[in-house]
Amino acid sequence: MLSAILMFSGLGAAFGLLLGYAATRFRVDSDPVVDQIDKLLPQTQCGQCGFAGCHPYAEAMANGDADINQCPPGGEATIQALADLLGRDPKPLNPEHGEEKPKTVAVIDEQTCIGCTLCIQACPVDAILGAAKQMHTVIVSECTGCDLCVEPCPVDCIDMVVVEQTVDTWQWPYPGTGSPIVPDAA
Amino acid sequence: MSDGDPTLWRFHGGLKLSGHKSESTSLAVIEPPLPQRLILPLQQHIGRPAEPCVSIGTRVMKGQLLAAADGYVSASVHAPTSGLVEAIESRPIPHPSGLTAPCIVLRSDGEDQWIDDLPDQDSEPLDAIALRHRVRAAGIVGLGGAAFPASVKLNPGPERKLDQLILNGAECEPYISCDDMLMRERAADILSGAGLLCRALGVARCLFGIEDNKPEALAALEAALAASPNPGVELRRVPTIYPTGGEKQLIRVLTGKEVPAHGIPAEIGMVCHNVGTALAVHEAVILGRPLISRYITVTGQGVTTPRNLEVRFGTPVSELVEACGGYTERADRLIMGGPMMGFALATDEVPVVKGSNCILVASNQELSQPGPAMPCIRCGACTEVCPVGLLPQQLYWYARARDFDKVQDYSVFDCIECGCCVTVCPSRIPLVQYYRYAKTAIWAQEREKEKADLARQRHQFRLERMEREKNERAARMSKKRAALETTDTGTDSKKAAIEAALARARAKKADARPDRSSTPAPKSAKIPETVEDRPPAEKP
Repeated sequence: MLSAILMFSGLGAAFGLLLGYAATRFRVDSDPVVDQIDKLLPQTQCGQCGFAGCHPYAEAMANGDADINQCPPGGEATIQALADLLGRDPKPLNPEHGEEKPKTVAVIDEQTCIGCTLCIQACPVDAILGAAKQMHTVIVSECTGCDLCVEPCPVDCIDMVVVEQTVDTWQWPYPGTGSPIVPDAA
Repeated sequence: MSDGDPTLWRFHGGLKLSGHKSESTSLAVIEPPLPQRLILPLQQHIGRPAEPCVSIGTRVMKGQLLAAADGYVSASVHAPTSGLVEAIESRPIPHPSGLTAPCIVLRSDGEDQWIDDLPDQDSEPLDAIALRHRVRAAGIVGLGGAAFPASVKLNPGPERKLDQLILNGAECEPYISCDDMLMRERAADILSGAGLLCRALGVARCLFGIEDNKPEALAALEAALAASPNPGVELRRVPTIYPTGGEKQLIRVLTGKEVPAHGIPAEIGMVCHNVGTALAVHEAVILGRPLISRYITVTGQGVTTPRNLEVRFGTPVSELVEACGGYTERADRLIMGGPMMGFALATDEVPVVKGSNCILVASNQELSQPGPAMPCIRCGACTEVCPVGLLPQQLYWYARARDFDKVQDYSVFDCIECGCCVTVCPSRIPLVQYYRYAKTAIWAQEREKEKADLARQRHQFRLERMEREKNERAARMSKKRAALETTDTGTDSKKAAIEAALARARAKKADARPDRSSTPAPKSAKIPETVEDRPPAEKP
């Protein structure tokens, strides 16, 4: 009897120590769910979801403080992916946060720009190049099309231009819209 | 040499299709009249578009460089005739999307005058590197249809040991006969080009595969080979099975070896080039001429005289049809490429580019418009004919369900889009269209992911930077405050503020004086530049 008690308390202590060690040794700093959610978000950093960027929104979703249908740039595809990840039912985009629009980039009218740097301060991804009283320009490849630079511009010289499809970005349509080429068989 | 019948192998699947080649091989190849305007897309190849090196209004000579290769995987574009650069703008190009792309528009002056300083001819044999440079400078791309820059394929890297060149004269797709005519008419030049390719690759052996439905081409090559013997070249007659002309399929047939999935032939010691590419290499090295024209088949029941033409790049398709007697009333669809892998053109105003091998003006009997797709009955016919050994049915289910991970698990990127599965499908399901849709959708997702990763990284960097700046400012302020407190011990903050204001005033005065060094430096001689830098004026 006594040996059994000793044995089990010994085992308990040993496993407890092992678990305690593992908990500190293999500690995961950030919440993996947050990172997983963040990976699905388009990283526009536009704040239309009501949070200060994609990561805060991901955190809120992980904590259950935000719904999965608040990201207009991601649109249906992102909602579907989030629903799959979080095991929830997909739902339509919440119109309070905006609507899904084609991808855009900011274009600065360099003739009108007065070099006030306000757009540079607003850009969440540092995609605007310029200095005080110098002409500003957008680094197109890094612009996420978040619209955040449009509002602060005092001379209204920033336009959001829809990204044109090129031969390189063109996609074959989902079948059913066209007809394939079928030769006469031998 | 060809009929000793050395062992040939067989690839999985494939189809026997009716060739429809004789329609376009009865007439000799001619050049259509010089067009008034040539439209030269900057991207006629796989890789980055070429960079224009002429401007609007420049007078150019035939063979002059118009746009230079931009980067390693790219190809330059040369003027197919002499004339004036009329515009550099977006024009419709031959592409399944029907989109426009940047083009150089050249107005011909009718003189067709060659540029004077063509590169030296191959008087003393060039070494491999010089040959590769010559091929690159001539803007040569694979003329079998893929249009991959040929110089890149000639440089497999030092770690790969090559032992043979495969010359592709199979031309397996129905209706297309431009390689056939090229081999009939230019056999000696092709063999010369093959010798140059062998030299550039450092290999001694060249296997030359020709489908057995081209006896005239084979005879011409045999005669040319007899006239100038080359022990390294072996002509092989291969059975006519679609798609023997696929690079991996031809290698399998000729050597029995399999190119690894996602791999290239150089990994198993071979490089495969099309016969047209060999001719272009001959012209570039022996004659010093850049790639400015090619043989192209114009055929189908929708054209009056089907035949092959030697066409300058940039010639509008409409002029090709005109040179073949114009459209017949049966003309229904305009296809660039063959009936199996070609794509429909929306307009005949698009130009011929380096990769164009055929213009098929099909009647509605030749290319039947399939009825609506029926449900898949899981017959497995597609799996039997797939020359790559894929499972087309599985690919179809997953592509249809937009399950792109699974589609990749089933190797959608190994699909060569030959169309065999579509041809045998009893339900007329547009299978290849599903695979093409899946491929481009996956690429789009990858592009978006890359963009998102970049944006995330830059956003994080920005947050870190702002945090760092905030901390630095706070540190600066607290340091200043500490400095004030140590000098004015016992004085309250108000006094410190007054002192600071006095210091500023003194500094300003000192600034106004020319000789700054004579003034006693105030304790904070530096003039605060921004509001944040100033010591806190009032703090309760």
